[in-house]
Amino acid sequence: MIAEIGHAMLWIALALALLQIIAGSAELRGRAFVPVRPLAVAQGALTIGAFGLLIWLFARSDMSVELVARNSHSAKPMLYKISGAWGNHEGSMLLWLSILGVAGAGVALFERRLNARTLAATLVAQAGLALGFFAFLLFVSNPFTRLVPAAAEGQGLNPLLQDPGLAFHPPTLYFGYVCLSVAFSFAVGALITGDIGPAFARAMRPWVLGSWIFLTLGITAGSYWAYYELGWGGWWFWDPVENASLMPWLAATALLHSVSVTATRDALRAWTVMLAVVAFSMSMVGTFIVRSGLLTSVHAFAVDPERGSFILALLAIYIGGALTLFGLRVGSMAEGKHFALLSREGALVVNNLLLSVILVVVLVGTLSPIVAEAMGSQISVGPPYFNPWTGMFALPLVAVMAVGPLLRWRKDDGGRLRRWAPILLGIMAAAIVALALLAPEMRLLPMLGLALSVAVAVLSFVPLVGRNLRRTPLPVYGMVIAHFGIAVALAGMATESSFIKERLIAVAVGESTTVGEWRVTLSDIKPVVGPNWTALEGVLLVQRGGSSIWPFPLASERGEPHIMRPQARAFTQPPTETNEAALLTTWDGQLYAVMGQSAGDNRWQLRLWWKPLVWWIWAGGGLIALGGLLALIGRINPLHLWRRWLARREKRKYPNGRYAA
Amino acid sequence: MTRRTHWIAWAPLAFVGLLGLLFVWGLNRGGDRLIASHWINKPMPTFMLPAASADRPGLSSATLSDGHPRIVNVFASWCIPCRIEAPQLEELRARGVIIEGVAVRDRTVDLARYLAENGNPYARIGGDERGQVQIALGSSGVPESFLVDGGGIIREQIQGVITAEDVPGIIAKLQGMQR
Repeated sequence: MIAEIGHAMLWIALALALLQIIAGSAELRGRAFVPVRPLAVAQGALTIGAFGLLIWLFARSDMSVELVARNSHSAKPMLYKISGAWGNHEGSMLLWLSILGVAGAGVALFERRLNARTLAATLVAQAGLALGFFAFLLFVSNPFTRLVPAAAEGQGLNPLLQDPGLAFHPPTLYFGYVCLSVAFSFAVGALITGDIGPAFARAMRPWVLGSWIFLTLGITAGSYWAYYELGWGGWWFWDPVENASLMPWLAATALLHSVSVTATRDALRAWTVMLAVVAFSMSMVGTFIVRSGLLTSVHAFAVDPERGSFILALLAIYIGGALTLFGLRVGSMAEGKHFALLSREGALVVNNLLLSVILVVVLVGTLSPIVAEAMGSQISVGPPYFNPWTGMFALPLVAVMAVGPLLRWRKDDGGRLRRWAPILLGIMAAAIVALALLAPEMRLLPMLGLALSVAVAVLSFVPLVGRNLRRTPLPVYGMVIAHFGIAVALAGMATESSFIKERLIAVAVGESTTVGEWRVTLSDIKPVVGPNWTALEGVLLVQRGGSSIWPFPLASERGEPHIMRPQARAFTQPPTETNEAALLTTWDGQLYAVMGQSAGDNRWQLRLWWKPLVWWIWAGGGLIALGGLLALIGRINPLHLWRRWLARREKRKYPNGRYAA
Repeated sequence: MTRRTHWIAWAPLAFVGLLGLLFVWGLNRGGDRLIASHWINKPMPTFMLPAASADRPGLSSATLSDGHPRIVNVFASWCIPCRIEAPQLEELRARGVIIEGVAVRDRTVDLARYLAENGNPYARIGGDERGQVQIALGSSGVPESFLVDGGGIIREQIQGVITAEDVPGIIAKLQGMQR
């Protein structure tokens, strides 16, 4: 019965989305017959209810539902039963729609700054998005389909996916994507009514910020998940699925900065609208690439050309529609304020252009295998393309990021720049000289990156200089912390890629080996049993000391032995083997150990990495997200918002539920 | 607004249109998207696998150049699609095709039960305990089959299950190699 109720709720929500479009369009033409806002709220509630029912089905392992039987197993731990609800195509689409519904309800409930017509147009656009995805869900990927006869037992979940990281990684990215869809709806709404200005930008900004926070967290978490769970030891592979999440982030980062310009200075109007469309398009294209099997990827699941065609059709309608609207309206759009090249706006325009270039570089790299295939050849594009090309544009971007916040809005006399630029260049030069002396084998791009990160780390705090720290607005702190986070992450990337030490070796119990300045002894091999797997666990005694290859010798942590326990796990449902890496974190890096197969004659394969500063990459990602969060709290105080909403409820005494705008 | 800006305004749409065409083509390019092994038209990599089943000898690459074309089938008892493929292999064997098996990461007991349940069409079964031969062959999963001519050269790779419709084609191809 649960499955049928969930199915019915989805159909009702679809009908409400349709009604919302009709009612909203009528309101736009001044002939309102049903209020739009409650429709959006009801639609969100129904969708999230349906998603709750799906989770319930998974929690009680109802094997009469096809989706549960295919993706779950009664022996799985409860956390993974629940996360199994969205660890598959249908469930993740329903999750997507639930978040979309909640976001739509959020706009309907809390958005008061926008004028009524633009808001109605925005809600029409939002309902249009929801309608398409409801159709997608109900017609080609219904999560509530029954299995007749019911299965006796489920077919499990890919053990690689049985990980707390996976339980939370996709939802995080989805929140990011959906917030971008709201930004998209705002842009479409503003294009329809032609009301593009600071009010529109201020309404859109929290959603862009929210999206950007979630995307940052999602990418950071995904990178860490791939790092320790896949056991390959890398933190970014330029895999199509990773790129699919990076591209919306790049666009959202650009949008975040340009929407600030529009909100504060009423400039860059067309550009902001364009970016809002591009950012959401990128998340749609990402979903399409991941789901259609267009590109081969290590992550791809649920490859199905029929679904691919459906998403492509939606893509064509939404993106094509929005861009057509843009083409029609851009001519009549008021131009916005002007500014000098040397100004905060100028720096932000450079930032936007560089981000867009990087976005194009990633897009081209991701799609070139299929373009090449269309031309009749087969290529695969990897780090040798992505690293230098993105690095080449990312470094100037980071430099502009350090300088931009020092400039004044509209027009700058260059005073602060003259004071701080020599310091930036001085630190960089000193760092480059030091690196060239200490690590002459370092390649140019990482060397520049590391030097730049040191300089940027210092300069990112300059916007606070001379301010009253207690009265500095939260968004300024957010910016400072996010920019500092970029420096931290960049330092981690440059250092890790330059000074990584790797050792692949077969050792017998009792034997030792070294990696970097670590001495590793395999002291024991023992079997371990988990809830649904068995494993061989290596017990490694690791000790710092040995020959110092790392250029900056460290006094701390020398001498004391640590124990690491990497495992080679074998799952039974379905039969799969995974490597559970063991990590030892110190302040300046991580030791990474993977157990391999037996090499015969009592020896075992061990793969060891010493990765200096590697965790700084994710720490940087965390700081960036924290900066975004501070800015968001500074822009919308949730308590304040709630109180205002309650106050409005009290005041509202209009007939027929119509409320004043 | 000048005319030129107007033209620029339509450029994103044109770009997305091109992208859309590419995607449509990509979705409809059909089933020949399998990644071919680098071993096509090359001799089998050298290997020698111990017997995985009590009543069949093991498999070594030297056997494959004895003049008879044959199928080398990479399979495993834990592989569900392999069970679906089993009747087709049985039919191929009944029609005179030599089939060699490479059992990937398998246990003797499980394999014996699998062969008892699904039939044993194999002339030899090599136990590839650590999946090394599978990796050497550039095969990405199980089941996977290689058509090897009498000289030990790999002529064709079939990824996934051999279906009933594939059977006549495979027989024709193997007969073609005989000449």
